Amino acid sequence: MTEASPQEFKHNASRALEDAKLQRALLNVKRGFIVKRSLARSKLPEFGKLREEARAIKDHTLNHLDLYLEAYERKVVESGGHVHYAPSTADARDNVLKICKEAGARLVTKGKSMVSEEIGLNGHLEAAGIEVAETDLGEHIIQIRNEPPSHIIAPVIHLNKEEIAEDFVRIHRGLAPDRPLGTVPDLVAEARAVLREKFLAADVGITGANLLIAETGSSVIVTNEGNGDLTQTLPKVHIVVASIEKMVPTLEDACTILRLLARSGTGQEITTYTTFATGPAREGDPDGPHAYHVVLLDNGRSEMLGGDFQDMLRCIRCGACLNHCPVYGAIGGHAYGSLYPGPMGAVLTPALYGIDHSRDLPNASSFCGRCEEVCPMAIPLPSMMRKWRERDFERGDPPLVQRVALRLWAYAAKRPKLYHALGATIAPLLARLAGSRGRFSTLPFAGAWTHTRDLPAPQGKTFHELYRETQGSESQ
Amino acid sequence: MTPSHQARGLVLSRIRAGLGVSGKDRTREAAVEEHLRTHRRGTIPARAHAEREALIELMTTMLAAQGAEVTRAATSGDAVRAVAEDLRNHNLPSRLRMGADAQLATLPWDMMPGVELVFGPANGEDHMGLSCAVAAAAETGTLVLVSGADNPTTLAFLPETHFILIRASDVVGSYEEAFDRLRATYGEGTLPRTVNFISGPSRTADIEQTIVRGAHGPKRLHVVILG
Repeated sequence: MTEASPQEFKHNASRALEDAKLQRALLNVKRGFIVKRSLARSKLPEFGKLREEARAIKDHTLNHLDLYLEAYERKVVESGGHVHYAPSTADARDNVLKICKEAGARLVTKGKSMVSEEIGLNGHLEAAGIEVAETDLGEHIIQIRNEPPSHIIAPVIHLNKEEIAEDFVRIHRGLAPDRPLGTVPDLVAEARAVLREKFLAADVGITGANLLIAETGSSVIVTNEGNGDLTQTLPKVHIVVASIEKMVPTLEDACTILRLLARSGTGQEITTYTTFATGPAREGDPDGPHAYHVVLLDNGRSEMLGGDFQDMLRCIRCGACLNHCPVYGAIGGHAYGSLYPGPMGAVLTPALYGIDHSRDLPNASSFCGRCEEVCPMAIPLPSMMRKWRERDFERGDPPLVQRVALRLWAYAAKRPKLYHALGATIAPLLARLAGSRGRFSTLPFAGAWTHTRDLPAPQGKTFHELYRETQGSESQ
Repeated sequence: MTPSHQARGLVLSRIRAGLGVSGKDRTREAAVEEHLRTHRRGTIPARAHAEREALIELMTTMLAAQGAEVTRAATSGDAVRAVAEDLRNHNLPSRLRMGADAQLATLPWDMMPGVELVFGPANGEDHMGLSCAVAAAAETGTLVLVSGADNPTTLAFLPETHFILIRASDVVGSYEEAFDRLRATYGEGTLPRTVNFISGPSRTADIEQTIVRGAHGPKRLHVVILG
């Protein structure tokens, strides 16, 4: 697996910026998602109100999550299904493997699920001799390329169709090597035919869940391709892997969130398919699975409750913060080295895997605030990234130059007279040193900054001096 | 692997520790019970509040924008004619699969001579499937289908062409109204195995954000509104 690590973020990011193919592919984020979301948003005047309501629903649910999980579990059992709690990723994948083995599974189809990526499910099942077929088009491509997804709702946003055509020729056997694969419809048609056989032959189908509903014990998937439905309808066993914070109390609450989800993500009014699954097939049902299992993953989420990062658990994984992030738009998802990239990943990754593992991610931000602005759940992403930076600083991990500089600054900032005196001395000095260009192209101890851009020099006066002058002129 | 009874207790106790609560707090339990029992509606978009004819028009517009075809049929004969015409226009094989739904059974299928009707769940061989929707939410042109003895879910996903019949009187404004109808049929807190919201033909935009219809499900969706 060509998996990058968050510890190499800076290196990954520079490489991504120089990757011409990636840069071409990333233009699609701007051309597609951003424009479409804005249009969908403008067509729903109630969007702002729904956003406030959705936030309240999730806050209420998280504050009562233990009770809603118990209520949900009762309904799942009542409808003939099974609930398996998984404190860790290892527990989750072991649970799934056990169910697959008991079902005598040889082939498993999968709908798109970030939680299944999080628990490393495919490798675990394959190691036990079970064939796993990802059926979402993007996930299928990722699987044959042996790569992680680069976006939480558009796994292959980093690729161009020519690269995908090469993969199809390499992997899809038994087809003419010179068959036409030049257009996107060609590629879609081929994937449809290849995967149709898998759907019909699968023993177990595994999906994620966009929502879990306590009122009815249902799992909800939101898709466009229909692969999730074929995955959870055709095999004799349906396994849902979902994290505990996907819970909502009622069908009405689900409706409120569904009105925000697709509009924020793909910019659709609603996705083509939204499916509510409750238990296994009922008596007399002509199709549907005979068994229904839900594996509920915790993996660090319960520890986020009641702390600085609880708000992150409101996330519904729409991808809007990735789409609108200038950093994500410049480097794509793989550079983050985390399954969850972009602003939501910069907050979630340290929470799940530790800040020592991912300290560059909360720093990979221009703090422009667009992520929070477009977040349908009003998650304060920038301030949470700042919190991670504070924690990181307190641990004493940042580089010496940064620590010394900040401590010196803090020393002066706490002493206004000293601060003013220093400012009044240094500002004109720097202005003179910078000369007529008004910028520095190199500076001692700041090579990392000036290597790629100039540092603007002060214009010669401090803010206080300018303020006094302006106030003086206005009062005249 | 954490043993299952311990796993459950561990997750729940971690949650309670994080929240700083106990599992036996009557106030919290009452809040949850109340929320579940009342299942209050949130804001419903203004567009969903309209007369039925306006809703049907909205639904038609939304479905068309999402790439579906829509026909309004005044009589059940017209509904059958709409299906027959579609098969003819698209040179489709004359075999139509559907569920044993009572509503579908009352349609005058003899007006469509030469088309073989087959019943039961779809397999990989079927080109055309016909389902009956129990409701439609006009706000986004969303058909609501339920699984059951007479309504195989596979009809909506395996065939390349999918017809959905919906009675005009079953068109409502919002998702919430559709769910209220399901509650009336199945009872509070109970749903059939599968409830499908379908708002167009299958599609994907995974490659270069280019929209292509017929990813894994139907390439075409034809909605017939009866009445």
